[in-house]
Formats: sequence, C-alpha cells, structure tokens
Amino acid sequence: MEVCNCIEPQWPADELLMKYQYISDFFIAVAYFSIPLELIYFVKKSAVFPYRWVLVQFGAFIVLCGATHLINLWTFTTHSRTVALVMTTAKVLTAVVSCATALMLVHIIPDLLSVKTRELFLKNKAAELDREMGLIRTQEETGRHVRMLTHEIRSTLDRHTILKTTLVELGRTLALEECALWMPTRTGLELQLSYTLRQQHPVEYTVPIQLPVINQVFGTSRAVKISPNSPVARLRPVSGKYLLGEVVAVRVPLLHLSNFQINDWPELSTKRYALMVLMLPSDSARQWHVHELELVEVVADQVAVALSHAAILEESMRARDLLMEQNVALDIARREAETAIRARNDFLAVMNHEMRTPMHAIIALSSLLQETELTPEQRLMVETVLKSSSLLATLMNDVLDLSRLEDGSLQLELGTFNLHTLFREVLNLIKPIAVVKKLPITLNLAPDLPEFVVGDEKRLMQIILNIVGNAVKFSKQGSISVTALVTKSDNRAPPDFFVVPTGSHFYLRVKVKDLGAGINPQDIPKLFTKFAQTQSLATRSSGGSGLGLAISKRFVNLMEGNIWIESEGVGKGCTAIFDVKLAISNESKQSGIPKVPANPQHVNFAGLKVLVMDENGVSRMVTKGLLVHLGCEVTTVSSNEECLRVVSHEHRVVFMDVCTPGVENYQIALRIHEKFTKRHQRPLLVALTGNTDKSTKEKCMSFGLDGVLLKPVSLDNMRNVLSDLLEHRVLYEAM
Amino acid sequence: MLGLGVDRLQADINRLLTSLFHQGVLDEQFLQLQQLQDETSPTFVYDVINIYFDESEKLLRSLRLLLMDREFSDYKKIGLHLNQLVGSSSSIGARRVRNVCVAFRSASELNNRPGCLRGLEIVEHEYHYLKNMMHELFQLEQQRLLAAGVRYPM
Repeated sequence: MEVCNCIEPQWPADELLMKYQYISDFFIAVAYFSIPLELIYFVKKSAVFPYRWVLVQFGAFIVLCGATHLINLWTFTTHSRTVALVMTTAKVLTAVVSCATALMLVHIIPDLLSVKTRELFLKNKAAELDREMGLIRTQEETGRHVRMLTHEIRSTLDRHTILKTTLVELGRTLALEECALWMPTRTGLELQLSYTLRQQHPVEYTVPIQLPVINQVFGTSRAVKISPNSPVARLRPVSGKYLLGEVVAVRVPLLHLSNFQINDWPELSTKRYALMVLMLPSDSARQWHVHELELVEVVADQVAVALSHAAILEESMRARDLLMEQNVALDIARREAETAIRARNDFLAVMNHEMRTPMHAIIALSSLLQETELTPEQRLMVETVLKSSSLLATLMNDVLDLSRLEDGSLQLELGTFNLHTLFREVLNLIKPIAVVKKLPITLNLAPDLPEFVVGDEKRLMQIILNIVGNAVKFSKQGSISVTALVTKSDNRAPPDFFVVPTGSHFYLRVKVKDLGAGINPQDIPKLFTKFAQTQSLATRSSGGSGLGLAISKRFVNLMEGNIWIESEGVGKGCTAIFDVKLAISNESKQSGIPKVPANPQHVNFAGLKVLVMDENGVSRMVTKGLLVHLGCEVTTVSSNEECLRVVSHEHRVVFMDVCTPGVENYQIALRIHEKFTKRHQRPLLVALTGNTDKSTKEKCMSFGLDGVLLKPVSLDNMRNVLSDLLEHRVLYEAM
Repeated sequence: MLGLGVDRLQADINRLLTSLFHQGVLDEQFLQLQQLQDETSPTFVYDVINIYFDESEKLLRSLRLLLMDREFSDYKKIGLHLNQLVGSSSSIGARRVRNVCVAFRSASELNNRPGCLRGLEIVEHEYHYLKNMMHELFQLEQQRLLAAGVRYPM
C-alpha cells in the first residue's frame, strides 16, 4: 500500500459529512451533464440562435465542471495517481474554459438582454398597427356607406325621396339618434323643420334664420359641432336624459340651376342654405370622429347636387308641359287663321265678280250715254255718274288688288310700252286738276331715258298717277316737278347703258317734287301703311282711303324697286322718289292711228294644209282669208263633229275657235289627241280666243293644245305664230 | 280729167277711213282685212263685210223678236247671239259695234229687260251707221276702180 500525499481526512469522524458531500457532488455532476444535453436538444430544435459558439463554450465549461465534480467522487477515498492526474487536468481545463466563458459573457449578455427590449418594442408596434388597421377598416366601411348613400340619393330625382334616403342612411351609417333637416321658408327669414329621421310627422317648428349658431354653421362649408341645447338641436321634448349626445350641424347649399361650376364650390352666388343636424345617441360616450365629420360634409355636398338635379328636372318637366299647352293653342290659332283666310278668299272671289259686273255695266253704259245727244244739264249729270262710278271701280280694284298683293298672288303683267308716252299721258290726266288749283306741273325726261321698255304699264301708270296725284292733292301753292331718269342700282354690277342690247335691265328713277304742305319727318314711316292718313284739315276734304301709297309701295316692291319720301318738315314741301326695274326693249311698237308695216316678209307657207274650225261665219272667213294670204291651203268647218270627221294627218295645224263659253270646244282637242296617237302625225292645235288670262291659258294647256291666239289676229301675228309653231311645235306666248 | 279723179277719189276714201278710225268706228283689224285683199282674192274685204252684214242682220232680227216677246225670259240665248255678234264685229274691226254689244251683254247678264231693250236700240243704231259708212266706202272704191281702169289709148 502506497501512501499518498493528500491529507487523509479521518473517516470515522466525518463519515456523515462525507456521505453528504459525496451525494451532492454526484447530483451536481448529473445536473452539470444534463444541462448541455438540454441545451443541445433545444438549440437543435430552434432554428435561430446566433450564439452557438457561446453555447459550445458554455457546454464545454459545464461538462468540465461536471467532470471535475465527478472525478471528485473518486478523491474521497484513496486514489491512485492517475485519478489525481485526471483530476488535475480536468480542473485546469475547467479553469481555462470558465475564464474564457466569463470573458465572452461580458460581451454577450447585454445583447441577450436587449432582445427582450426589442421584443417589447415590436409588440407595441404590432398593437399600434392593429389599431390603425381597425381605423382604416372603419373608414373603408364609412366610405362604402357614403358611396351607397350617394348612389341611393342620385338614383332618384324626387326631392322627397332624396332627403328621406339621406337621413335614413346617415342615421344607419353613423348610428345616430336623431337626424333632421331644416329648409329655408319662402320668405327666407326662417328655417323650417322639414324632415326628421325618427319622428313621423314633425311638428312645424321654425327658427329665425339670423341665429348666431346658424350663421356660424352657414359661414363655413365644414361640419360644425354645436351645443345640444341650441334651438335647432332641441327636436324632442327633453325626456330627462342626463347627458345629451354631441350634435353636429352642416350647411347644405341649395343651388340654382345655373350654379354648376364644380370649381367654384365655395363661391356660391346664392346664399340659400338648408341645415342638417345630426345627433349622437345620448348617454353614450361617443364622440364625433374626424372621419365621421368628413363623411357628413361629403354627404351634404352630394345632397346639394342631387337636389339641384331634381330641381332641374322639375323645371324642365314644367317647361315641357307649358310648351305642349302652347303648341295646342298655336295649332288651334293656326287653324282658325286658315279658316279665316279661306273665308276671306272665298268672299273676295265672289265679290270680285259680283261687284265688278254691275260696275262695268254702269261705266260702259254711262260712257255710251255720254256719246249721245244730251242737254248740258244731262251731260253734267252723266259726267258725274261716270266719275263717281270710275272712282268706285278704282276703289274696289284697289281693295281687291291690295288683298291679292298681300297674299303674294299678284303678278305683274309685262308688256312693251312707250315710257315717254306714259309720262305724258299721266300728266295729261293730272293737268286739269292742277290747272284748276293753279299749280304748274313740269315734266323732265332724262335724255338717256329709253323710249320703249318692257314692264307692267298699267301698274307703273298707277304708281306715277298716285304719287303725282298726291302731290297735287296736298299742295295749295307752288309748282310740281316730275323728273324721270335712269339710275344705277347699288348692289348690282352696272350694266352698259349706252349700248342697248335686248333684255338688259335698268332702274328708272322718278322724282316728284312739290312745294306744298310738306310732311313731318316723324310721320314719314306711317305714310306707307294701309288706311293711315295724317289728319290735317287739308287732307280731310280730299277723300281717298289712304290705300294709294300702300299699294304703290307694294307695286314698286314687286318691280324690285324702292320708294321713299323726303321732306324737310311741315310747310317745306316734299319729294317722293321711287326706283323700279324695267327692261329695255328693242321692239318699237307704236300705237295710235294704226300704220301697217310696209314690208311683209313672205315666209314660205306654201301648201301648208290647215284646218279652221269656227262657228261664227264672219270670223271663219276672216281667219281663212288670213291664212290663204299667207299661202296656206285652208279647209273650214263650222262644228266640232265636222272637224273630227274632216281632220286628217295631212293637216299640219288646226285652228279652233273657243270663244263660246263651255268646255265642249276643248273636248275636241282631246278627241284629236285620241285620234292621232303618233305624235308626228297629229296636227298642231291652236285655240283662238277672245281673252287671254291665266285661266284660259291653263285650260288650253290642260286640254293638250299647243298654242293660244288672241282674236282678232293680225297678219304679222299669224305669220310669226305659224313660223314659231312649225319650228318649235309649241307656242304659248303669242298674245 | 279722170286721172285726177282717181287721186281725188283716193283722197276721199282716205279721208273717210281716217274719220272712221278717229271716231272709233273701225280699228286696225279692218286694216288687216284690207291687207288680205290681193290678186288671189280681189274682193276679199267686200265679201267678208257682206257676209258680216247678212249674219248681223239675222242676229239683230232674232234679238228684237226675243225681246219684243212679253213673256221673254231666255237671257242666255241673247247672250249667245251677242257672243256671235261680238266675235264677228271684232273679226272685221267694227270697234264701236263690238263695244255696244259688250255693254248689251252686261245688261243681259243682269237679266235686265229694259236695259236689254235699250242696249238693242243702241246696237242697231251703231250697226246701221256702220253699214251706211261701209256702203259709202264701197261706192267710192268702185268709182276709184272704174276711174283707174280707164286707159287713154296713147
């Protein structure tokens, strides 16, 4: 047995202590060994652990500590040197590792501690985000509510529905206790409670509009919190609720139809607002949140727009109804007017004929009477009768003409006439009256005034006669001068006046100047209106119906001209001027004592076979003589039946007399058309008639006649007509 | 001398014609008639006027018979006759006759019997005047022809 160097404790004295130390060391070793196992197990489990190296160190340290304590177990009894060696090694190692670990831990432990703070921080953050998300969600939901509410409001155009829907939806979205709308009254001085959410029939509360709280709300476009005790918010009888909920009010602009500029929202030209009041439930701790206020403002704007749309629709419906009514009224008025016009035309048509017939009889017989032998008294009487009936005839014609003129159914009857002669005739007609009144009349015709012109001779004479007659009528002294000259019209290219080609037009200007009563310049426009006459003493005695100038003006207008009067005032005389458009003619037709033209050209009608049908023996013979003289071969018949029997394709022209009234004469034209179906075989048909008005022409055309001639036909006329007819196969202008 | 006689007769004829034109008894249609008289129909005017006289006298007689009848009421027939008269008078250029016929026609359209009677008288008056004038014209014309036909053998 070797003796060891270690101090040997006394076994029997401290055996109990030894035993306890032994057991403790054992358990310590076990614990030390199990800790790293646990560590390793859990670290392996967790994926994230940054400090492995520390763990390894720590593990080593623990293992060594455990080893040390384990080896300690053997040192309680006598032990060999190897054990001592192992023990020492273990201890040395343990010391090294533990120092190293201790050093390492200094760096690591703060880190480890800060993990905890970070964790706390993150948890806070998460909580905050949760809250925010909750908020956003609520906002999202209110946004959805607003959209739905807007949709509801805008989907109807009925005012009542809009407002009711608004209140209901708002109440639901914001969980309001009460919601009310105050509208301004007609006078604009009060607000009246119009709609509420909970109360079915709101009592007719009104509040004056000038309350400070109302002004405050109307002054801003934002939702304003107001006191629950203000008059607008006290909607229900106070039922003992302890704490009234918060109240918010917002203005709703009532837009006029024209205020739709979205950009000008704040600058509304109308200051009419309604007031919307919203109350949170009482006895709840709810407060108005910002997002809720924004919601309320948006809704108020939408309601404003929707109301305006509804107003526009109402307006347009009303306008449409009004228009329909007016349409109906206009239709009735138009029909009445048409009936009146038809009645008037019928009346005129009848009067035209009925009045003229006796009139003509009177005039014709009176003029015949004049030519018989009469005593001076009788002559005077007859002359008076003639003058009065002429005047009456003129008056009738004037009135009838005027109505035809106004209808626009009057047409000018163009013809060639001598302009110089016309003026002289007018002057001759007026001269007697002028001489009696001692008013010298002078006529000045411009040297370049054409002599033969084409126009409506009768109406031009009427115009000149009327104007010169007026000049004579309204002058008590002074002289009257009539000037006629050629003038250029302003709005046409000036035609060549010095060469006179056929068909060129010119404007005739006639100036009638008198030094008589004159006209007040203010009265000048009235002169040309019908039936108006300046009521001066001079005019009252001269009679006339005041139609003259009106008719003259219309005739002048028909002739594409202009008529006006210049006067410097009462007592300074006046000048009447008119322009009319005439055409220059290169024919020189002369009237008066007839002179037959000296050289008849013999166009060759030799052998032309014609048929003449006339019931009147004399006129038949004359027509035959005419045609024979021209060289034709003439067959005559005296009745329709004979004509039909005799007519053949050899006859080139058939002249038929249609003077006797009735349609039978025209029938023959149709029968001839039937007989000769091929156009080149059919003879040309010409009617000889006593009158050449439009209706006769139209009748002839409608019965298929190729031409109309006025009886009695002159030789030249017949010659021209035949040559025209044979050349063109149709002739409607030989009158 | 007879040669001078032709000129004198011609002058008389012209004077008569001018006066008839001036009075309005005839108008230019008569001249047209005269123009139609040529070698092929040397007595054209004479023939036409004679036929005119025949027809017109017949018409006037029948008109008078109609109007003399106390129970007369057929104004339309009068109108028809008058149309004929008007037509023939215009054809030969008898202006005055035509005009009085037109006046007569107006009276007949109004069914006015006294007016028609008076009208008829006027028409007859004018017609006879014209007839006399025409006879005178033809006489002068015949004399002129005779005078112009005489040739002095040279």
